[in-house]
Amino acid sequence: MKKLLILLLLALNIFFSTNLAFAGEAKPLAEDPVLEARLKAMSQELRCLVCQNTTLADSSAPLAEDLRKEIREQLRAGKTDKEVIDYLVARYGDFVRYRPPLKASTVLLWLGPFALLLIGGFGLFLQLRRRQTMAGDAPLTEEEVRKVRELLNK
Amino acid sequence: MNRMAKFLIPLALFLIAVGFLFKGLFLDPHEVPSPLVGKPAPVFQAPILGEVGKTFNSADMKGQVWLLNVWASWCGACRDEHPVLMDMAKTGQIATYGLDYKDTDAEAQAVLAANGNPYKKVATDADGKIGINYGVYGVPETYIIDKAGVIRYKQIGPITDEILFTKIVPLLKELQR
Amino acid sequence: MIPEIGQFSLILAFCFAIVQGTLPLMGVWKNQATLTNLAVPAARAQFVFIVIAFICLDYSFYANDFSVLYVASNSNSHLPLAYRLAALWGGHEGSMLLWVSILAVWTMAVTMFVKDLPESFRIRLIAVMGMVSIGFLAFIIFTSNPFERLIPAALDGRDLNPLLQDPGMVFHPPVLYMGYVGFSVAFAFAIAALLDGSLDIAWARWTRPWTTVAWVFLTLGIAFGSKWAYYELGWGGWWFWDAVENASFMPWLVGTALIHSLAVTEKRDAFKVWTVLLSICAFSLSLLGTFLVRSGVLTSVHAFATDPGRGLFILIYLIVVIGGALLLFALRAPTVGLGEKFDVVSRESMLLANNVVLVAAAGSVLLGTLYPLLMDSLGAGKISVGPPYFDAVFVAIMAPGLFLMGLGPLAKWKKASLPEIGTRLRVAAVISVFSALLIPFAMGKITLMTAVGVFLGIWVVSTTLILLRNRIKTRQAATPTLLENIKGIPLAFYGMLLAHLGIGVFILGVTLVKGYESEQDVRMEVNDVAKVGNLSFLFKGVQEIAGPNYLSSQGTFSVLSNSKEITVLHPEKRFYPVQGSVMTEADIQPGVVKDLYVSLGEPLENGAWSVRIYIKPFVQWIWAGAIIMALGGILALSDRRYRIVNRKAAKEAQEAFEA
Repeated sequence: MKKLLILLLLALNIFFSTNLAFAGEAKPLAEDPVLEARLKAMSQELRCLVCQNTTLADSSAPLAEDLRKEIREQLRAGKTDKEVIDYLVARYGDFVRYRPPLKASTVLLWLGPFALLLIGGFGLFLQLRRRQTMAGDAPLTEEEVRKVRELLNK
Repeated sequence: MNRMAKFLIPLALFLIAVGFLFKGLFLDPHEVPSPLVGKPAPVFQAPILGEVGKTFNSADMKGQVWLLNVWASWCGACRDEHPVLMDMAKTGQIATYGLDYKDTDAEAQAVLAANGNPYKKVATDADGKIGINYGVYGVPETYIIDKAGVIRYKQIGPITDEILFTKIVPLLKELQR
Repeated sequence: MIPEIGQFSLILAFCFAIVQGTLPLMGVWKNQATLTNLAVPAARAQFVFIVIAFICLDYSFYANDFSVLYVASNSNSHLPLAYRLAALWGGHEGSMLLWVSILAVWTMAVTMFVKDLPESFRIRLIAVMGMVSIGFLAFIIFTSNPFERLIPAALDGRDLNPLLQDPGMVFHPPVLYMGYVGFSVAFAFAIAALLDGSLDIAWARWTRPWTTVAWVFLTLGIAFGSKWAYYELGWGGWWFWDAVENASFMPWLVGTALIHSLAVTEKRDAFKVWTVLLSICAFSLSLLGTFLVRSGVLTSVHAFATDPGRGLFILIYLIVVIGGALLLFALRAPTVGLGEKFDVVSRESMLLANNVVLVAAAGSVLLGTLYPLLMDSLGAGKISVGPPYFDAVFVAIMAPGLFLMGLGPLAKWKKASLPEIGTRLRVAAVISVFSALLIPFAMGKITLMTAVGVFLGIWVVSTTLILLRNRIKTRQAATPTLLENIKGIPLAFYGMLLAHLGIGVFILGVTLVKGYESEQDVRMEVNDVAKVGNLSFLFKGVQEIAGPNYLSSQGTFSVLSNSKEITVLHPEKRFYPVQGSVMTEADIQPGVVKDLYVSLGEPLENGAWSVRIYIKPFVQWIWAGAIIMALGGILALSDRRYRIVNRKAAKEAQEAFEA
């Protein structure tokens, strides 16, 4: 049984595995892959101000390139992710963040859907309970069933 | 009556949404207002166009009200704005300084030679770093900075005659006092 | 001449729509057959003239008639034929014509296939669809005329946006619109029922297939759009929560809720008011989407040339149609009965819980899409709401619903027992938890998100299979062979199984690709090799080739596994001279377990190029899941209950018997 389990695990591992390594003759485009990964993660949550429907990571606009360069330099200088984002927000506003910050004006945004879910769920529960005590309509009478069947089979 | 009230909720919500959508027809979702309005203008030093070896220091501007106009030779809308800037310069009452954004000296000077130079001085920002510091995201953009060095207004896009008379001139009058 | 015929046809169609949308209603009210008899002929005439207008415009594209402004703006003589014809819906005016044409198709279908309902109901149905049509035709004729002339004619056109020059352009908009616009039928059913006062089981039985067909089209349309974005845009994304994507997704969510709600109404004659409200909301969201994309109120990749004047027109139209519908709802809803009883824990209540989740999810998408506008109009500043918000909130809301999917179908109608359901699902729970740990581990790393995602995906799949097994088991005693057993189960049941299975597959695809996709940005000179896992990508160089209306730098990448070539990929960098734009055409080797995705970046010195290599595990499961869902819908439609042929045969048999 154990052997079977191990074989199964192994098979699944081979079936599913996609491990990656930076190796081989093609050099990574970036000088510092670790830094670049940070840049990528951050810029994917930032909005390009010129091509406003792409992320800062994907945009080919000159300003986007400049901003990516700026972020890279700041990260290299040791700034934290938060410091870099604060730097950009101070100059371009919250508009530049695709993840809206949680403040008084965005509480409705972040909590609204969950409130809706809870209110909806609770409302449904109450309504279902009320149904139990209310005299619900009697099931269709024989006559009504016959009429409906007639209508549908015409 | 109470029973009917709850069925009116969807209609009520819809009408509220419509109110916002209507308001939205008059707004521009692309415009990014600057969070720097009301904050001190970032201090910068930059080479001066046409004056080799000289540096423009924005800190020196304290004590006067001035305009910083971000422009470039490759920018079409800047050409549209140019005549208005020239008129402003002619009055002698408006101190306009230029920030030549991501441009080459030669091309910038060619444009000024051809169309006139409305600027007291032009600082050059070849790599766009000063622009980033000011939250520039397109050209032209214009900042009005008061005597204390605080940004009081940002114009996104070209200055038109209408904007000049309805927004800029009244503000300048107020700041000059 | 042809464009003028097209223009005139549109005006005629508009006249017929006015007749269709007003006089028959008066006829029903005043009981005048002369008026009610106008409904079907007017609807069919409208269809004919809209088709003529559509053909005229497409002919103008075919014939390269650049004296038509719209053709000159969206086409070019070098554009391949298929794209020239599809360019009809490449811009605002033409896509509105597509909208109206598809509405006419649905109206025509309604006149042909809705035959056995009370006459007054049927007439009202057709009239409501006519009213919807009036607004759109007016919009086209008065603000967005595709037949406007360009004098003097252009020598050649401005070309279709190169991003759209792709087979996706031929399929995605029409299929999507069939879905989007198709919800107008459910809407019309709801309005007709509110006007009639005839909200009952028969109504639900009738509305359901029409809703399902529209839902199938919308599912496929959204899937096409997503797949197209994936291979076209060059950076491997497949959903951006862009305003237009959300505009199509919200009706889908509400439409799914509607299909489930109709099941409750059909079974128990209950929650009719809620079902009617959902029917109104689904189409209202379609209309809202149309407004959002064309009014300039939101920024979007897909936004057509936006114009606040047009926006105002659509907004007024929305107020009339949606406001009118909701007002009618408020007036008539109090008179609708409560229906039969069912327990707090029962299949009915589970179906309604599904509704709560889906509506909350749709609400979250709507809130996120409109919030920037909300804040800006209140002067509270400008924010952006993007994927980080939607991914977090939407998934959090859907997760409990996905879990409930396992319980709902197993619950008995009228009265169910949670403990009993629990016992049946024990196996599924164990398999799901086991997989939630094992599969992420096998993929390389376990994170909370991947574990939860895999759990939910396997949960949905395994609970669905348990459903099937249970059904077969309960029928074993009554059927002699297994084959007969399986064949005897209604298609609607298989449809439901397949649709739910599709969701499970979809969830697994999304979870695994998001959790384990990888990207490498490398600099490659000719004969360089990039190693990714146990695959090697050998760059063989770039050659210049010419396409029908573009110049391309085509790269060749040989992909080797254990030194054996498994595939060759040819990503391109294309230059389209008419618009002067550069397109990145990635090349993809799709696979069941992973996609290999290579895209060219920029040319560097020495003939080197920056290259981006993606490995996307299980990404095809996303669209496979959607297709399986759609197949489920189609199966459900094929159920005996809805067969028109059957009904006709029954009628004929009855008549023969009576003769």
